[in-house]
Amino acid sequence: MSPASLLEVRDLHVEFPTRHGLARAVDGVNLRMGSGEILALVGESGCGKTTLARTIAGLQLPNAGEVLVRGKPLTHGRRALREHRRTAQLIFQDPTGALNARQTIYEAVAEGVRIQKVPGDEEQLVAEALGRAGLRPPERFFTRYPYELSGGQRQRVIIAGAMVLNPGLLVADEPVSSLDASVRGEILGLMLTLARETEIGILVVTHDLGLAWNIADRVAVMYLGRIVEAGTTEDILISPKHPYTQALLSVVPEIEQVEQRILTGEAPDPARIPSGCRFHPRCPLVESGEAARLGIEERCRNDDPLMLPACHAVAPPAAVAMESR
Amino acid sequence: MSAAAAVPSARRIVWLRRRRALAGLWRQYRQHRPGMVGLVILALIVLMALAAPLLADPAGLKAINTTDNPAFATPSEFGPLGTDNLGRSVMTQFIWGSRISLVVGLAATVLAMLIGSIVGIAAGFFGGWTSAVLMRITEWFLVIPFLPLAIALAAILGPSIQNIIIVIGVTTWPSTTRLIQAQVLTLKERDYVDRSRALGATDWHLMTRHILPNALPLILANTTLTVPIVILSEATLSFLGLGDPSNASWGQMLDDAFEAGAVTLEAWWYIVPPGLGIMLVVLAFTLVGQALEEILDPRLRDQRA
Amino acid sequence: MSGQPQPVEPATESAPLLSVRDLHVAYPSLGGELPAVRGVSLDLEVGQTLGLAGESGCGKSSLAGALLRLLPQGTKVSGEVLLNGEDVLTMKPGRLRAVRWTSLAIVFQGALHSLNPVQRVGQQIGEAIRLHSKQSGVSKRVGELLELVGLPARRASDYPHQLSGGQRQRVLIALALACEPRLLIADEPTTALDVMVQAQVLALLEDLQERFGLATIFITHDLSTLAAVCRHIAVMYAGRIVEQGPSTEVFANPAHPYTRGLAAAFPIIGDAAFRMHPSGLPGDPPDPRDLPGGCPFHPRCPAAVDICPSTPVELWPAGPDRSAACVHVSGSPVST
Repeated sequence: MSPASLLEVRDLHVEFPTRHGLARAVDGVNLRMGSGEILALVGESGCGKTTLARTIAGLQLPNAGEVLVRGKPLTHGRRALREHRRTAQLIFQDPTGALNARQTIYEAVAEGVRIQKVPGDEEQLVAEALGRAGLRPPERFFTRYPYELSGGQRQRVIIAGAMVLNPGLLVADEPVSSLDASVRGEILGLMLTLARETEIGILVVTHDLGLAWNIADRVAVMYLGRIVEAGTTEDILISPKHPYTQALLSVVPEIEQVEQRILTGEAPDPARIPSGCRFHPRCPLVESGEAARLGIEERCRNDDPLMLPACHAVAPPAAVAMESR
Repeated sequence: MSAAAAVPSARRIVWLRRRRALAGLWRQYRQHRPGMVGLVILALIVLMALAAPLLADPAGLKAINTTDNPAFATPSEFGPLGTDNLGRSVMTQFIWGSRISLVVGLAATVLAMLIGSIVGIAAGFFGGWTSAVLMRITEWFLVIPFLPLAIALAAILGPSIQNIIIVIGVTTWPSTTRLIQAQVLTLKERDYVDRSRALGATDWHLMTRHILPNALPLILANTTLTVPIVILSEATLSFLGLGDPSNASWGQMLDDAFEAGAVTLEAWWYIVPPGLGIMLVVLAFTLVGQALEEILDPRLRDQRA
Repeated sequence: MSGQPQPVEPATESAPLLSVRDLHVAYPSLGGELPAVRGVSLDLEVGQTLGLAGESGCGKSSLAGALLRLLPQGTKVSGEVLLNGEDVLTMKPGRLRAVRWTSLAIVFQGALHSLNPVQRVGQQIGEAIRLHSKQSGVSKRVGELLELVGLPARRASDYPHQLSGGQRQRVLIALALACEPRLLIADEPTTALDVMVQAQVLALLEDLQERFGLATIFITHDLSTLAAVCRHIAVMYAGRIVEQGPSTEVFANPAHPYTRGLAAAFPIIGDAAFRMHPSGLPGDPPDPRDLPGGCPFHPRCPAAVDICPSTPVELWPAGPDRSAACVHVSGSPVST
């Protein structure tokens, strides 16, 4: 069954003017996701994953390209945006900052209901959403304030607030990175349950590869505004093909058997994206001379790899297959 | 189906909690000695203003009724505070004058804060051209010296209580605007504003449900500190002869006293009471305002933790 | 390469470099005291690396602060912190200042507020050097330190906001090494950093440890990092150490249910047991003001039995060089 496109991103570009010039935070991203699927978007800070998430959620205006949810393109007119927000909701990284300290939990969850004028009994909807997010009995939480809850509970409130609108797509930006490690499992388990039980699609943006292994069906790796590799979790995390993915996996502390490939320096400024393959200045293949030996060094420096995995060193048959079409 | 039964009481519980929060605020305030002093002074003056009809006969304010009284009588000769040049009891004028001073003070403050808050929130929230235009207007008002502007406006509008309130309100709002705009700039970056936007909130919803409630402590503290400024402004304008002569405030009393030559005649009982009254009200509001600022700020910090 | 006075007597063969005995730290607060550390004892040999794992509220940062007496005024600290036999807690202020940074230094999290944002980076490192030694050759030494941590010497004239997160962390490490301490305490040094930068910083720390024979206490909540970087680890919960031992063994085969739950929260990529199976612990870390009776972990413990709420726990031996504070390890019969 072809993944019915819940979400499709076509050649998306998002740019910001900065002191050093135009920062191309999202520089031509193509993405597809189906219902009931969990897709992990992994990358380090500065790769553009948060910008991409916010653009999909409608909080950021793209410069070019399209975002389609259930086949409908996202436009930024007032009514269109409001409708879009019934379908796509965002989970924030810091649950404490994302809740207004002056609102009770009830009001926080009911806010979406009131704004979107969701039909039905408001109290029932709020109670159901809180219950589904694991806060039981829901009534006990109605009158509490955020500062009385723990970090994990606050994140559940955020999830409840999003779920009360019955969205088809949930975009979660680092949903557990600000929570204690022992609490993460519950929140991740909740997300997994939601995806399985309600056919909701979840796009998880994270820098934690272990998280991807834990709950993601598919993984897309981002570097400097582009997706450089994508596929099923098993494929990407066990046999990665792109040198960046390989390097990332080699430094994950849990894996001891692989030799560490620590990249030098840090990811360059999105305002100064290198020519050719954007990874070539840090690529172990170029540094070690392997690229020269394979005869692709010229291409690495000058040709932007537009296929996936975005690497000139990947077996030619895949690249040829793209060209022959 | 216990949800339906629980929630009406849940709403009531929220009100009870708000009351409890206010009670906590009061408890903290009680421990603040300067604040309590200010509050007591204020309470006494307000009580006096409210009880004016019981304390002094309003007929004594009109000169026609007092022709029998000695003019410029000292306090030992007549009444608790003597009389003015028209035989009117200074005490009566003092008690009734407090009403005008307080009413003008509060009304003008409310007007100033209303304009200042709306402009500040709009400028901070919308940014871009809106902010540029609004802030330039604000700065224009700030740059022009208060007195000439107030005099010009008062002269155009004519002397009456309403006009004085308008004049002072219109010349005082800019100082709060900048403060509020700065606060709104930080507030609108908060995650919960983003979250509300992601839920589909309109700008109006964001401003009224999220920005305003969180800017309110600042606005409130600023309000109590603006009242003394306004009262002094009113006194100044009245003293310069721009006040409403038929409704004498303390400032007006001072003007009348000077016009009548109370200084040369050394009729201190006519000059000191209104001056002292103004000073006490200003002091009281300042103390209360500072106490509120101190209490509200650390509480905010604690709550956010 | 130092003209600095040797601050502390060199350790004898047998005595450990650092010996903490029954340390208690409590913060004053409305409504009584807040116990952050409730009786911690540990030893650290010269050149040894010890990892201290725990989540928020477990007391690990309070412990780090207590070792250098950097806690806020009014904090109650009791017990002993023996640095080469001298008790840091009872040192006179003059002696303490001499010992701080020259024997024992801390590397904090590299957030912008760990460095003075209006002072150049080189100045801040220089300040540390000047406080403890003669004035000459400071800028040369600053340059050397920056190169030691992998930054070009000319970065000394940068302000903290001009550096990236990883670079700031390196500056903090350079700052800590300024006076050649024997013991380094690293408090969550890589928490806010990306995986790749984290690996760089960890590699740097390992390299420095080897080169200078530094003893290190590495504090973090990331159990998996510790397993790779430290020889020994101690796991803290609710102000006490609940398990300690060689890191690979503790990580691979935890004796305490909390360690087991915490380790399970860090999935091993490639291991099918973690695939589509997020695990963690129910509930939340306990409120220090309201600790459960007996074993403080029992409300969340999957292996709790009926004696847990009432039995005071201590660190019982759980194998060679290992111990755990769990009744299942105590050796006495436990009914399940």
